[in-house]
Amino acid sequence: MTDNDTTIIAAPARTAKDFASDQEPKWCPGCGDHAILQQLKNVMPELDVAPENVVFVSGIGCSSRLPYYMATYGVHGIHGRALPMATGLKVARPELSVWVATGDGDALSIGGNHFIHTLRRNPDLNVVLFNNEIYGLTKGQYSPTSKIGLRTITSPSGVIDQPFNTAALTIGSGGSFFARAFDRDGKYLRSILKRAALHKGTSLVEIYQNCPIFNNSAFEAFATPDSKADKTIYLEQDKPLVFGKEKNKGIRLDGFTPVVVDLDKEGLSTSDLWIHNETDINKASILARFADIHDKSEEVVPRPFGIFYAEERVTYEDALTEQIRDAQKNGVASLEDLLKGESSYVIK
Amino acid sequence: MTDTKKTTRQANVTSKTSVSVLFAGDSGDGMQLTGTQFANTVAVRGSELNTFPNFPSEIRAPAGTIAGVSGFQLQFSSKPVYTPGARFDVMVAMNSAALKANLKDLHRGGIIIAGTEGFDEKNLKLAGYPDGANPLEDGTLDNYIVFPVPVLQFTREALKESGLSSKDVDRCKNMFVLGLLYWLYTLPLEGTIETLQAKFQKNIQLAEANIKAMKAGYFFGDETELFANLGRFDIAPQKQHGTYRRVTGNEACAIALTAASKKAGLQLFLGSYPITPATEILQTLAKKKKYGVKTFQAEDEIAGIVSSIGAAYGGALAATNTSGPGLALKTEALGLAVILEVPLVIINVQRGGPSTGLPTKPEQSDLLMAMYGRHGEAPMPVIAARSPVDCFYTTYEAARIAVEHMTPVICLSDGYLALSSEPWLVESPDNLADIAPRFQPARKPEDPPYLPYKRDDRLVRSWAIPGTKGLEHRIGGLEKQNETGNVSHDPENHELMTKLRAEKIARIADTIPLQSIDNGPLKGDLLVLGWGSSYGAIKTAVEQALEEGYSVAHAHLRYIHPFPKNLGTILGNYKQVLIPEMNSGQLIHLIRDAFLIAPVGYSKVQGVPFNEMEILAKITDLIKES
Repeated sequence: MTDNDTTIIAAPARTAKDFASDQEPKWCPGCGDHAILQQLKNVMPELDVAPENVVFVSGIGCSSRLPYYMATYGVHGIHGRALPMATGLKVARPELSVWVATGDGDALSIGGNHFIHTLRRNPDLNVVLFNNEIYGLTKGQYSPTSKIGLRTITSPSGVIDQPFNTAALTIGSGGSFFARAFDRDGKYLRSILKRAALHKGTSLVEIYQNCPIFNNSAFEAFATPDSKADKTIYLEQDKPLVFGKEKNKGIRLDGFTPVVVDLDKEGLSTSDLWIHNETDINKASILARFADIHDKSEEVVPRPFGIFYAEERVTYEDALTEQIRDAQKNGVASLEDLLKGESSYVIK
Repeated sequence: MTDTKKTTRQANVTSKTSVSVLFAGDSGDGMQLTGTQFANTVAVRGSELNTFPNFPSEIRAPAGTIAGVSGFQLQFSSKPVYTPGARFDVMVAMNSAALKANLKDLHRGGIIIAGTEGFDEKNLKLAGYPDGANPLEDGTLDNYIVFPVPVLQFTREALKESGLSSKDVDRCKNMFVLGLLYWLYTLPLEGTIETLQAKFQKNIQLAEANIKAMKAGYFFGDETELFANLGRFDIAPQKQHGTYRRVTGNEACAIALTAASKKAGLQLFLGSYPITPATEILQTLAKKKKYGVKTFQAEDEIAGIVSSIGAAYGGALAATNTSGPGLALKTEALGLAVILEVPLVIINVQRGGPSTGLPTKPEQSDLLMAMYGRHGEAPMPVIAARSPVDCFYTTYEAARIAVEHMTPVICLSDGYLALSSEPWLVESPDNLADIAPRFQPARKPEDPPYLPYKRDDRLVRSWAIPGTKGLEHRIGGLEKQNETGNVSHDPENHELMTKLRAEKIARIADTIPLQSIDNGPLKGDLLVLGWGSSYGAIKTAVEQALEEGYSVAHAHLRYIHPFPKNLGTILGNYKQVLIPEMNSGQLIHLIRDAFLIAPVGYSKVQGVPFNEMEILAKITDLIKES
């Protein structure tokens, strides 16, 4: 008999089900959002965070319905404004795990200003950007990431605006973390979400998400077995940039230009290739531009997936907390001090 | 050390009850500093005081022009004062533009102290006087008592051995004028000497030069024959014993938010974007970190309010401050705060509009926007401050209502209150109302499910903040099912929720004080019903009218939505109701709508506050006509 006779029963490990709310998702059948929701529920138990300490914040759009389906705290706000809402919450309550579910219209069009400013401030938010290159909830208008030429109900002759490059915009805005994933590759998505959650600072995960109704197969080339191996490249820290069905192709840097090489034909080894380093902002910037390198409208380098960039940098809320701690080093000032002020005078 | 009693020639000292002084010059002449120093000196001595700065919206408008004139008006008195004075008794005009811009507001027979260097050919031309005309010489000022003083020349003489650059010497000329005014009103120099020593503690040479220039001004008054006929004046201090501080309206708002957070046991979060004339609230709170205050200078007005909503959802006392154009940008988020039912204080410091309008000038033209300027039916409480000190009490009350009724509250101030100042008898923490947040306690698994929109008898829902076990719930801008908060498009439910949201605000009337009559009889010929910054002018005018024997009373509204429960009864006790407003008539709409009466409106839309003479004239006209 010990003098401590209370038995500590370890709480049963949480599962994805513990993070599912009682609301039935109302997304269209076949929508990529279902898969992303599943991976978010899957990753939560791995993060060792209690549901009451997790908040999902969103704006408006199909993806922004996500908070209703998570058994955590959630706020569904107004169009484009999820990031400042999440920032205010995080600044007030730094101990919470704050997530933002947003889309290409919500984050990059109506919320574009908040997007760039949030990234430079770097509050510790996990931002999951569902990019389907279309407006879904308003039924099929083009979005700021729609490809040039895309015919939609508001671009019957084809889109003429240059689309945003989310990766380049993130890095250019001073973001400290950018990763790209794919709705269809659940396991990989989950691993990226986990890394994003563990990153201290604003982590931006762009997820290519299929909208089967208004922009079906926008990312098909990166998914079909025929082309996937040649059109995608999966980034791994300290590993060479190798791709292709036979893993016989790679990327070399010629100055600032990425060049596709055939290892067999050119007699090169993987050690001759670009070695991925997610802390190198220059390389991350070049990776971000891969999607823009075209030859006769064909992309000449594969589309990168994975963590482009991850920089450890002080978060906004930590910097503010530090300033407050410094101001209070001689004690927290009282209400009496406040009311009296510093320039009061006495009339006798 | 200075001895203000030691004079070479004893000028007569005349006692007066109150004096209104205007310091006016070019924006570069240091008139704001001069006025502030003068105000501090009379305040610390124990005078009643009200101050109002008036400056151009440009940081450095072209020197010497009317557009570049910066003024600081103050009234100090042996009895309570509520305005800086309808007209001033004394005007310091450092240049001809300052004289031209302000002469119309100087009492006939008033005193002009003119810095003659500002009336040279170049300055006269910049001020737009015709060729060859000089008001100091051509008789246009015959109805006033004019003292031309070569301020710059005397300052240079006094500081010729100071070793300062000529630019630095010339910048001391405002201190010469200040010294002269201290002599004229038999005021001590010590307070300003201490301030200058503290302000320039890293540059003793500069401190000494400023002090020397001020003393030179003082002794000039003493030695010159110029003031022989006028003599000196004394306004005996009458303030009651106690500890005071001087606050502007904007400072008072910032102090109130911090005080409310302390009293409620909440952290304060302010999400804000700089906008004139509201910015000092952000600036003041940014310096309150030792009280744990968190300020967030957002990228725009929308992020300012939305970040505050996020902080409120997280359990903070959250606030945002702005002015008209910013409130317009925030309106979508106001709708969200209404439907989420989270506490939020929105301080709107009104200015002349629409659009950029008159950014540095006051107006009361956002009342209807505060009441109705939202999409959908989104009622929220609206309250208004009446004086710089009242900005404290009204903002504090806004925070109390927000937290205790789980609602956004609009607190209206304006550019006049924001920058005006008056002495404030330092408040004791015990006198401040308690503020009780209704946090929902943690829930055990066996407890019934948490219902985010279940209401108490005041129809207020509880505050369930993240981190509380068992209360995980999802809310948002979509219409929600009663009690559960789940998304609902049910027609009957939407109507019910719309009514519940409105009724919740209406029931706040049960918790606010009844409307009181500020002055005058409880029944009579005329009630002057005001709101906001016109308080001082109405108060002074009604006092005067009562002295003259008119049957007139004054009631001033703090609570505009909902109205105090007895307001209708009060309005019925007078034959006529006069509503002066710095807009084309906005409160009058609300009063007509609520009480089906026909008040008389009196509007002024000039970016300039009402003065007591205008209101008094309107009161006497109305009563005589009827």
